[in-house]
Amino acid sequence: MIILTGNDLKTGAVVWWDGSDWVLHIENAIDVGGNAEAVMAREESARRVNVPYAVEATLTDGVARPNHIKDRIRALGPTVRPDLTLKPADPEIGNWVI
Amino acid sequence: MYAYDKYDQAMVDARVEEFRDQAQRRLDGKLSEDQFKPLRLMNGLYLQLHAYMLRVAVPYGTLNSRQMHALADIADKYDRGYGHFTTRQNIQYNWIKLEDAGDILADLAAVEMHAIQTSGNCIRNISSDHFAGAAQDELVDPRPYAELLRQWSSFHPEFMYLPRKFKIAVIASDTDRAAMRLHDIGIQIVKNDAGELGASFYVGGGMGRTPMIAPNIREFVPLDQLITYSEACLRVYNRYGRRDNKYKARIKILVHELGAEEYTRQVEEEFAHLLGQGIEPPIAELGRIKTFFTDPEFADGAKTVDRSDPDFALWVDRNTHRHKHDSYVSAVISLKPVGGIPGDATAEQMHLMAQLARDYSFDELRVMHTQNIVLPHVRIEDLHALWTALDEAGLGTPNLDRIGDIIACPGLDYCSLANARSIPLAQKISQRFTANGKEDTLGELKLKISGCINACGHHHAGHIGILGVDKKGVENYQLLLGGSEAEDTSLAKITGPGFSEDGIVDAVETAADVYLSQREDGERFLDTYRRIGMAPFKEALYG
Repeated sequence: MIILTGNDLKTGAVVWWDGSDWVLHIENAIDVGGNAEAVMAREESARRVNVPYAVEATLTDGVARPNHIKDRIRALGPTVRPDLTLKPADPEIGNWVI
Repeated sequence: MYAYDKYDQAMVDARVEEFRDQAQRRLDGKLSEDQFKPLRLMNGLYLQLHAYMLRVAVPYGTLNSRQMHALADIADKYDRGYGHFTTRQNIQYNWIKLEDAGDILADLAAVEMHAIQTSGNCIRNISSDHFAGAAQDELVDPRPYAELLRQWSSFHPEFMYLPRKFKIAVIASDTDRAAMRLHDIGIQIVKNDAGELGASFYVGGGMGRTPMIAPNIREFVPLDQLITYSEACLRVYNRYGRRDNKYKARIKILVHELGAEEYTRQVEEEFAHLLGQGIEPPIAELGRIKTFFTDPEFADGAKTVDRSDPDFALWVDRNTHRHKHDSYVSAVISLKPVGGIPGDATAEQMHLMAQLARDYSFDELRVMHTQNIVLPHVRIEDLHALWTALDEAGLGTPNLDRIGDIIACPGLDYCSLANARSIPLAQKISQRFTANGKEDTLGELKLKISGCINACGHHHAGHIGILGVDKKGVENYQLLLGGSEAEDTSLAKITGPGFSEDGIVDAVETAADVYLSQREDGERFLDTYRRIGMAPFKEALYG
């Protein structure tokens, strides 16, 4: 599957395309199929996202899991600071990244 | 330390307002990201893996307590309560919001700091010896020369769009604590046979994907020609550096392709031309700058410490450095706690270090390129009180130049360029060698980790180096041996095939064990490697 990511213009936060908006949690990311370029062009020109790009992912336990570790780290946060990740209370989340 | 004059302050204040306007225009949609990117980079604002990252310049690594307090306040107010000290003697914040950037730069300007030229193809922050002005073995304090070069290179109109970034280091002792020969220009302040001070120029060094050790191109440049000669070096590079290929655009490639002799010939020709142009600042300006770097009023006192507390004695032995005044030492605050993140400091720790600098070190701190902090002038009789305060705050780790004193770039945990994570390796290695007790027996062993070929973690210069690579989407790590960034500069060599994350930690221990089994009296890891060569290490690693 192909999902879209980028950064919020104001905050720089990593965001994912959920079909109608850019959101923080990858669980909400949808497969855009062949529409990646069109969605990114439209959203970037409207300044709703900064430097978007398409990510190859695999649906795992109902959630898009990026195929490359770099995007999995982007999705969650630095592996060395679990307190700063999006799921600081989840002891298993590191296994999802690595 | 140097204090801004009205021109310095006006320049920095004007830049704050200029960037505030640029950022607002980006937020308003009047600038595209393509238009805005070079503008934000000129002000040290990157877009990294998780957020905007701001890199703040710390000229030649020198800070006062007011500035360190301000850096802590920025971490608290605008970031997530911590900062990361870098191998360029700077500090980076990882979670900056674009809408806050103008306010942050204004807060920095209020304490005579900025983020100008911490990115982009320009002359970057000038680095220097972290023990400058304190070291017993230095000829003079190198920082006035670094400051003169800072003023010359700041907003230099001819050098704002160089072929690539450009890094300069200045030292003034035969002991190199600044990786001088691994810079685009390395300058050593020297004395000639007539007893006059001058500058010895090394040009064309660097790490990155093509590491090179800078050759010496001029043994002695009179100090009243320092800027003119620097300008000549830059001009030849600016004219002929490879702008067609980013990966071949650093000056080291130009010097290598031309040959040091031909590059030097062209520099000398340009230098002769420039001597007639009157570009050198008056020597009185150097004299004015020197007045900011005079010694504090040192007082005689105790020359030794009470060693009855073994933990304190160990810290004194490992983390203090000989001072030019025998009642003082330079004390190194390790930002490498066992299992910690190299170079990170919380806002509370920064506030504490600032206060300790005020209490014990004439209000001065230094950022080391090895990602630690120095209090340069500490009375020996104050050492126990200082150590007690540091130890209580988790800043008293006695591991300077030991295997736990690891340089590690942010790696894939933070950096969008990285191929692999660096920090987890540093954490595992420091934990492993503390748990097995080998850190003590290994002695000096400098381990450096980079998460990609750009070599921000100086892996080429590690006695043991680790380079993270991407192997079909999986992190993989190459092991290197035999590097040094000291006066015996050498480049490390790759041992062979790479290792997994856990495998590389085992490999480091294997290499350390080869050293322990083969070392002769007084040999460091590096000395043993140079004596016995790579073969015994390869045999142990790969069989």
